[in-house]
Amino acid sequence: MSGVTLSSPHLPVQPSVGGVMRGVLLALIPGTAAMVWLLGIGVLINIAVCVAACLVTEAACLRLRDRPLSPFMRDWTAILTGALIGLALPPLAPWWIAVIGGVSGIVLGKHLYGGLGFNPFNPAMVGYVVLLISFPTELTLWTVERADVATTLAAQFGGLGASALDAVTAASPLDGLRTGLSQNLTVDEARIASVFASGGWGWVNLGFLLGGLWMIWRKLITWQIPVAMLAGLGIMALVFWLIDGDRHADPLFHLMSGAAMLGAFFIATDPVSGATTPRGKLVFGFGIGVLVYLIRQWGGYPDGVAFGVLLMNMTVPLLDTHLQPRVYGQGKAGRPDR
Amino acid sequence: MGRPQTIGSQAKPQLWDFPGGLHLPEHKIDAPIRSMPLPKTLVFPLAQHIGAPAKPVVEVGDKVLRGQVIAEADGYVSTPVHASTSGKVIAIEERPVAHPSGLSARCIVLASDGRDKAAPGRTVEDFKALELVELRNIVRDAGVVGLGGAAFPSFIKLNPGSARIDTLVLNGAECEPYIACDQAVMAEEPADIVRGAQLIMHAVGARQTIIGIEDNKPRGIAALRKAIGEQQASNVRVVVVPSRYPQGGEKQLIQTLTGREIPSEGLPLDIGIVCHNVATASAVWRAVVYGEPLTERVITVTGPGIKTPSNLRVRLGTPVEDLVAAAGGLAEQGARLVMGGPMMGFALPNARVPAVKATNCILALRQADVRPEEPAMPCIRCGACAEVCPAGLLPQQLYWHARAGEFDKTQNYNLFDCIECGCCAQVCPSHIPLVQHYRFAKTEIWAEEREKRKADAARERHEFRNARLERIDAEKKAARAAKKAALQAKKAGGDPVGDAIAKAKAAKQAAPESDSKATDDPIAAAKAKAQARKAQKAQAEGAVPSAAAAQEAPKDDPVAAALAKAKAAKAAKQSDDKPDSDA
Repeated sequence: MSGVTLSSPHLPVQPSVGGVMRGVLLALIPGTAAMVWLLGIGVLINIAVCVAACLVTEAACLRLRDRPLSPFMRDWTAILTGALIGLALPPLAPWWIAVIGGVSGIVLGKHLYGGLGFNPFNPAMVGYVVLLISFPTELTLWTVERADVATTLAAQFGGLGASALDAVTAASPLDGLRTGLSQNLTVDEARIASVFASGGWGWVNLGFLLGGLWMIWRKLITWQIPVAMLAGLGIMALVFWLIDGDRHADPLFHLMSGAAMLGAFFIATDPVSGATTPRGKLVFGFGIGVLVYLIRQWGGYPDGVAFGVLLMNMTVPLLDTHLQPRVYGQGKAGRPDR
Repeated sequence: MGRPQTIGSQAKPQLWDFPGGLHLPEHKIDAPIRSMPLPKTLVFPLAQHIGAPAKPVVEVGDKVLRGQVIAEADGYVSTPVHASTSGKVIAIEERPVAHPSGLSARCIVLASDGRDKAAPGRTVEDFKALELVELRNIVRDAGVVGLGGAAFPSFIKLNPGSARIDTLVLNGAECEPYIACDQAVMAEEPADIVRGAQLIMHAVGARQTIIGIEDNKPRGIAALRKAIGEQQASNVRVVVVPSRYPQGGEKQLIQTLTGREIPSEGLPLDIGIVCHNVATASAVWRAVVYGEPLTERVITVTGPGIKTPSNLRVRLGTPVEDLVAAAGGLAEQGARLVMGGPMMGFALPNARVPAVKATNCILALRQADVRPEEPAMPCIRCGACAEVCPAGLLPQQLYWHARAGEFDKTQNYNLFDCIECGCCAQVCPSHIPLVQHYRFAKTEIWAEEREKRKADAARERHEFRNARLERIDAEKKAARAAKKAALQAKKAGGDPVGDAIAKAKAAKQAAPESDSKATDDPIAAAKAKAQARKAQKAQAEGAVPSAAAAQEAPKDDPVAAALAKAKAAKAAKQSDDKPDSDA
């Protein structure tokens, strides 16, 4: 018998940080598969390179900060950050883009603030935004058709000239819409294809929606943030579509395009940097949804999930302080009912 | 909250719900109560209840009988301790006791003589004939405390004071895994519980009793319903509540049964309810009617580390190792012994500590059954804790601020509404011992408040002393100044007129309302003298002399005026620290 007094509870605990993160990674599979099917092997290469960069950076940071390696290297958070940045990158982006994204996310987004649990901003989105601002050209290397392995490898690891690259890349649907609208085309003229047509981003979003619902069912995430974010985006899209359908895409297009579902279920739900009270989560998610629409419609970037999440991250302390749930025995309590 | 739900039972009573909570594996035994052999040595800690420790009334070498008081209550929130068998007091000393701190405490050690001879007790035929205060005194003298685990002196809860009580809630929920002693008591002593309910209702003026029992205790439910029927106790009813931890928390059970919430930092009394454990009701009844002090209780000795999990009727003071031996011994060496349940109990420092009034369970857990001793990961704010918190708190925020030492902020997040049930720590993926952090924050805040009260008292004392010293000093100075003025007035030399005028001025500066018409009459000198005396008195009473008064000197005699002014200024300076700008 040990001489120390150990703290209750004395039952074994099932969940662990690593377990939660592994569950989230599992839930990414359907959407990722759809992306690979749509865009080619480049998606997986991006994820692999980015995860590797994140793991190496995580280890280096832990060593520099004199923290134990083993518990933190096994918590799967660096892998998840890497996977999320990798999924955000265009499939023909050069390999060093993924490396810089991963390193930035882990260093700037996580360890500069004190590592796991202390980062006020979503590390994956910090990494992605660093790339978005620093390398805007490389982040447009999307395709509409699945790029074959040889082209992908050539594009990612050098050997593909600018003209050859031009021949295989194309604007993403959101980018195409944005360019078209700026040339005074109507939505119908600007839109490349239906979101559910072959090669449509609708399938990708459907995949992430599926994974997200599974996470809610498994209680890996709560419903508030995804539902509120999709509601914010959907309501904004609906209102403006009803006002002028020629200049504004319909709600389904917005909900099924770009990073809507990935953002709602996998990015905005990062617990560390997100709101933590139930009502706070609703406001947090709704705010992201509204911001995503504003940026898509009037901002300088085709999609707005990254900026929307980072901006709402800043409001989290305020939301959590002022939107606390009612505590037992406070407020209306204490009136005899008989 | 307040979401009604009905579950299958005879009367289909309306039930409410409490937020959060956990469905835990029950691991409850349904075993009859067994007696165990008398222990050779018994240890009675003086602090077995909430409140002041009892004061020993026996000495080493004294022979005592079962039921004899060996330590008496010390103060209002305190209860006596009784010998649980006959024997000889062999020591009164520090012994390791069952306490979360793992520290030792003063105990009376008794060597049993094996005869188990009882001290004579007095019995009561009709408790309704007793004065209520007498009833409470009997319960107090019998050393009865809450047997659910908190060990709060029961007689205090029999005294509602000015509160109007309508309902007695008897807590038979027993929601923590493994603990099974209340079910055993309900199954085997239902009649005494129902009679105890009548007695407590009488004491607090309640109209009805609700016995709340979780639906996983069919034997207790059936036995109590039968006893209620036999006694035709229409004012007592059993209400079956869903099994969900912490259903047996006082606040949660009351919320489930009545939909009412105890106000934050309040008592059930505030909403017209008194709540006792079922076994306490039985103990209260036996104490009053049979004159039986609290010398034994039922304890569940169980867990995967115990060979024969049992419900034992245990003499208080019996060492835990005797209990373990009576339950077949340990299944594995190095098992962790926990007093209480797995959610709120605490690990024992060793097996020699005695069973006390609050001991409801001894749990032996093998190494494989407990969480590994590993460092906690950082909080990732996943909010799993907030989902299960029955008080509706935000454990992740409490933890964040408690860890940072920001105790004022923990209070903004309602730290003191935490009931320490442990649900949050149980679901935490980072394996943070959250409750430990909250206990720490609470004790820090209490310590801070104590320090503050002490500092406030010291500051008040200091300020009072300063004020007193200042007053004495001022009195002395004023007396001196007045005396000086008087002396100078006496020294009336070559210029009686001018001197008299000056004296008059000096007097005037202290009593400006007095008439100071200067004349060359010697009477004026006498008058001035009298006025100087008056001024002295006025100064002694705290009047501050003012140079401005001197400025009222008649303009037609500039020499006298100047003299008077100078004197007034001097007096003012002496009796007041303030620099006099007018002088």
